[in-house]
Amino acid sequence: MKRKHRRLAILLACGLGLGSAAALTLFAFRDNLVFFVTPSDLASRGHAGETLRLGGLVAAGSIRHATIDGQPAVRFRVTDGRSSVNVSYIGVLPDLFREGQGVVTLGTLAPDGGFVASEVLAKHDETYMPKDVVEALKKSGRWQPDAGPPPPAATWNSLPATRNGG
Amino acid sequence: MIPELGHFALALAVVIAAAQAVLPLIGAARRDAVLMASAPSLAFGQLAALALSFGALLWSSVVSDFSVYNIAENSQSLKPLLYKITGIWGDHEGSILLWCLILALCGAAVGAFGRALPATVRARVIGVLGATSAGFVLFSLTVSNPFVRLWPPPWEGQGMNPLLEDPGLAFHPPILYAGYVGFSIPFAFALAALIEGRVDAAWGRWVRPWALAAWACLTGGIALGSWWSYYVLGWGGYWFWDPVENASLLPWLAGTALVHSAIVVEKRDALKIWTVLLAIGTFSLSLCGTFLVRSGILNSVHAFANDPARGVFILVLLALVIGTALVLFAWRAPRLQPTGIFAPLSREGGLVLNNILLCSIAAVVFTGTTYPLFAQLLAGAQISVGAPFFNAAVLPLAIPLFVVMVVGPMLSWKRAALAPALIRLWWVALAALAAGGFATFHAALFPALGFAASVWLILGAFVDIIARIGLFRLPLATSLARLGGIPLAAWGSAIAHAGMGITVAGIAGMAIAEHRIVAVTVGETVDLGGYHWTLEDLHDAPGPNYSARLADIRVTHDGRVIAVMSPGRRSYPLQRTTTTETAIRTNLFRDLYAVLGEERDGKAVLRLHVNYLAPWIWLGALVMAAGGGLSLADRRLRIGAPLRRAAAPVVTA
Repeated sequence: MKRKHRRLAILLACGLGLGSAAALTLFAFRDNLVFFVTPSDLASRGHAGETLRLGGLVAAGSIRHATIDGQPAVRFRVTDGRSSVNVSYIGVLPDLFREGQGVVTLGTLAPDGGFVASEVLAKHDETYMPKDVVEALKKSGRWQPDAGPPPPAATWNSLPATRNGG
Repeated sequence: MIPELGHFALALAVVIAAAQAVLPLIGAARRDAVLMASAPSLAFGQLAALALSFGALLWSSVVSDFSVYNIAENSQSLKPLLYKITGIWGDHEGSILLWCLILALCGAAVGAFGRALPATVRARVIGVLGATSAGFVLFSLTVSNPFVRLWPPPWEGQGMNPLLEDPGLAFHPPILYAGYVGFSIPFAFALAALIEGRVDAAWGRWVRPWALAAWACLTGGIALGSWWSYYVLGWGGYWFWDPVENASLLPWLAGTALVHSAIVVEKRDALKIWTVLLAIGTFSLSLCGTFLVRSGILNSVHAFANDPARGVFILVLLALVIGTALVLFAWRAPRLQPTGIFAPLSREGGLVLNNILLCSIAAVVFTGTTYPLFAQLLAGAQISVGAPFFNAAVLPLAIPLFVVMVVGPMLSWKRAALAPALIRLWWVALAALAAGGFATFHAALFPALGFAASVWLILGAFVDIIARIGLFRLPLATSLARLGGIPLAAWGSAIAHAGMGITVAGIAGMAIAEHRIVAVTVGETVDLGGYHWTLEDLHDAPGPNYSARLADIRVTHDGRVIAVMSPGRRSYPLQRTTTTETAIRTNLFRDLYAVLGEERDGKAVLRLHVNYLAPWIWLGALVMAAGGGLSLADRRLRIGAPLRRAAAPVVTA
């Protein structure tokens, strides 16, 4: 076996390995990229059937216990101060899930416009605001982080629509 | 006073580290024996300074000195002593100090155990470690100082995140960091070799034990972290493809490749340039992993608070360390002449394939982890890449890797034939097919494939040893007598490969786990996985710094009580936090796993899981780490070159 041949074989193997890795990555990206949406995004355009991450604040007074398919579930509204979306979730909520707190949920949009969450994430820190939620609030024009701390969480879903006219 | 002493020692460590970076390197360049001999002393000095500094922080934490900002933020006087100690690395500043301490320990270890190294190599290795250390200790001193004072001091500290008050997490960071930082030694050896312009079999032999030790620590650290998330977070999962987890997996994948390619350098004097690049890459990934994630640049549930000053410092530091290494590589690597020649079908070829596959997996994980960051920066899109992506992209690469893991060690060095190896493996393949086929009756395709792979790996790991001792071919007594003659390194690799098989079995078992979410009243019984779960009682239980709500669940099977478990929720008034206390009962073949959710209308919401083979995931990782440790104990790695040839393993093909 000449060195030239060996090098060729190794290069071929590397190309094959990296090529298949790239192909797999692209293939997996096609189906598995999860886009982040705010309640306003959901209201403005439909994403039915797509897996999405929905971020915002849990609207105060919106948490309702329910039973879905015989399993204990919970329904709540996620708001970015401009629009809100009804979310249903079967399962045990994270410890820090509260009204007025930032929350990120993973799930799909149901035909009736509600969001069916398969995962609900809340940060294990009271003062923390998930990055995605900060983005959602900035987008909705309700809070500019540079202007100071966010207003009290309980007021979020009843904030007057100001900057962008509603 | 004590914190100031610690602060001073930290500043001293920067100075010593800077000296350690400069003097030995100049000494090695000028062949100045005195300057070169200063290297170990400086390394010991740096270690002493950092140990003093760390000790001062430890003291402040143990005596609850809340005038230290870091302690006031993260500790509380009522906290148990163990967590006062381990709480030090529960926050950003303390964990960086621990990181620096371990890096200094690495330098001192080379100083202490590297006496047999040529003087120039030792001086350069310690010099490179000193330069790296200087940067990171400076980072700790300037923007991440754990000794900043707070005035007036509060009466009581803020208390630690209760999630971290856990023995699993208490010991997880030091082990994980030992793994991360341990790869600094192969990195330093790689740079030293580039400066010397020489890589030979001896270099492979010096690097491999360090790489193996770091790899074993990293394996253990990742396993501990995964176990912690399994039983503390209470989500019923063990791996979430979170950026922090990926950050530890990336250096592990590269490190695994390094441990294998170093064998080729040592035995066959080939793959030298590649191994040097891999040593640089592994430590670079360790650095990126720890610092990008810890400083909050990558969005993660585990990240500490985000601070722009830290971010910029870290980015510059990473660019300097990694950039210098890569520039040095580009400049000097062409000097390293390849010598060993091998056919593509050979043990070397198998190891090359292993490296390609491991690096491909690492590339996929890296892309998936950093893609959201780039998508945000370049396109302004908020995207997340979750478990489905990683599963879809990694699994197809893992399968050929598992095949190579068993076939590769059957091949002989230099040139091999595939047929004899495959003939020796037919019964393993048969057993794997049988296991997979049997599993398809009970499970979906993926878990069945996992079980087949696991049987293939576990049995295949020992085929070589069985052949060497002539089991079933020679009289049993002869075989047993030969058992003692098997080198520890061969045992180590067999055990580590089998450990991978055990982990794969655990992963496959978790893929067929069953779970159910129910709302039950006291006295109600539900069925899951062939067990009857009865909620016996719901009651309050006070704790030292929390109050708990517990659900007593009795689990029966065929009328026999299997377990009584009490999952609960704890609320910590000081931190105003609630945590979930998962209850787990295991018999090593399945875990009964129960989580208590909220209570509503007199009913308690319970999440119940039956996780088959779950403990095997971490058991397998421990076996892997033990295999690495066993290889490390092989005397051939510790004793010099002349003895190596005499003890070279007999390769049967």
